Amino acid sequence: MINGTSSPLLSVDFDYVRQMMFDYSSVVLEAGKEYLVEARLLSIVQEREMNSLGELVEALRKKSSNKLRQEVVEAMLTNETSFFRDVKPFESIREFVLPDLISKRSAERTLNIWCAACSGGQEIYSFLMLIKEYFPILEGWKLKVIASDLSLRMLEKAKRGIYSQLEVNRGLPAAYLVKYFEKVGLEWEIHENFRKSIEFLSVNLGSSWPALPVMDLILMRNVMIYFDVKTKKRVLNQAAELMNSDGYLFLGGVESTINLADQFEIVSWKQSSCYRPNRV
Amino acid sequence: MKALIVDDSRAMRLIIGKILTEIGFEIIEAKDGAEAMKYFDGTGQVDLALVDWNLPNMNGLELITYIRSNPLNNDICVIMCTSETEKSRVTDALSAGANEYVMKPFTRDVMLAKLELLGMVRS
Ligand SMILES: C[S@@+](CC[C@H](N)C(=O)[O-])C[C@H]1O[C@@H](n2cnc3c(N)ncnc32)[C@H](O)[C@@H]1O
Repeated sequence: MINGTSSPLLSVDFDYVRQMMFDYSSVVLEAGKEYLVEARLLSIVQEREMNSLGELVEALRKKSSNKLRQEVVEAMLTNETSFFRDVKPFESIREFVLPDLISKRSAERTLNIWCAACSGGQEIYSFLMLIKEYFPILEGWKLKVIASDLSLRMLEKAKRGIYSQLEVNRGLPAAYLVKYFEKVGLEWEIHENFRKSIEFLSVNLGSSWPALPVMDLILMRNVMIYFDVKTKKRVLNQAAELMNSDGYLFLGGVESTINLADQFEIVSWKQSSCYRPNRV
Repeated sequence: MKALIVDDSRAMRLIIGKILTEIGFEIIEAKDGAEAMKYFDGTGQVDLALVDWNLPNMNGLELITYIRSNPLNNDICVIMCTSETEKSRVTDALSAGANEYVMKPFTRDVMLAKLELLGMVRS
């Protein structure tokens, strides 16, 4: 361990990092999460050959480099994800949501899909593999698939579509692994046609969004949990505005629109729920 | 629900056994393919089998082929759980009749996610 990194984070420094996270990502770091800051920023301190977290925060205060700030914000974000995470939402997309959308859009033959916090890409690739397996009919359609995240590092990973053994082990059916991935060294690369069918964008959900097409399906799972109520409301209202009224929004298992955006109606399918902006 | 763990490493049987016990499985262990065979006589002795590839006396692939040779075993879920990680190996295991494939080393989350895919555990 290098000098000083084991010294505790000063509370003014913690507050600085908290405020910075809120300003640049809307993520709320609760009091008592000092250990998280220490754990996640230590590698930056070491890479930059600084002596302590205090020194890192001092550099941030001087605002000398946006690059450093971006690096610190990204290091503080939780990127936890996996292929077919929670399984059930994907079952409801397969059994209910896509059949419904396909019948409703059979004239236009267009679908717009947005994965709004895509992390390393596992979620959107899971969705595309599901389409490939179960909806050959969509091959003749115009599918616009957008995947975005605040973290440029995660976007880069999603774009590359290369996963470690542990990542492909987790949640990805072995049958899809052999069908849709090639082993490259010790890692696994998803076939290029999947990567090419996605438009990757950097979008901060907490600030203003770029112009996006009207969506039929939004996956915004496990990201609102990090926001405060005010931001959650704003994000959900913006999502509702962006969606066709018969479109579907998926949130994480512990997230919901209840008491946040009442224009959404809950659609339950087996053991999972999604939301429809039921404006009239 | 009963799970049979076929692995020549006692440590590995313990690791897998612990994960499965936590989610309510009853565990049976076998340390090689030949010893495991008797559980696949078609009388429904197990619901799930975790099979290592490299085993003394009958390897995992042969064991899976044997399990699938009896249609009365069709309902048994079989997971190949091995340090073999080449794509051709995964393909071979699936063709022989494995329902899933777990590469070692794995974590508890990996195992649970596979079982969730197979509908054998609630998230
Ligand atoms: C826990 S991951 C969830 C990934 C995936 N949606 C899933 O459910 O598995 C949360 C992701 O949200 C991203 N994120 C955090 N704050 C964000 C913001 N303000 N705007 C966009 N993405 C954000 C993080 O970079 C991270 O990749």
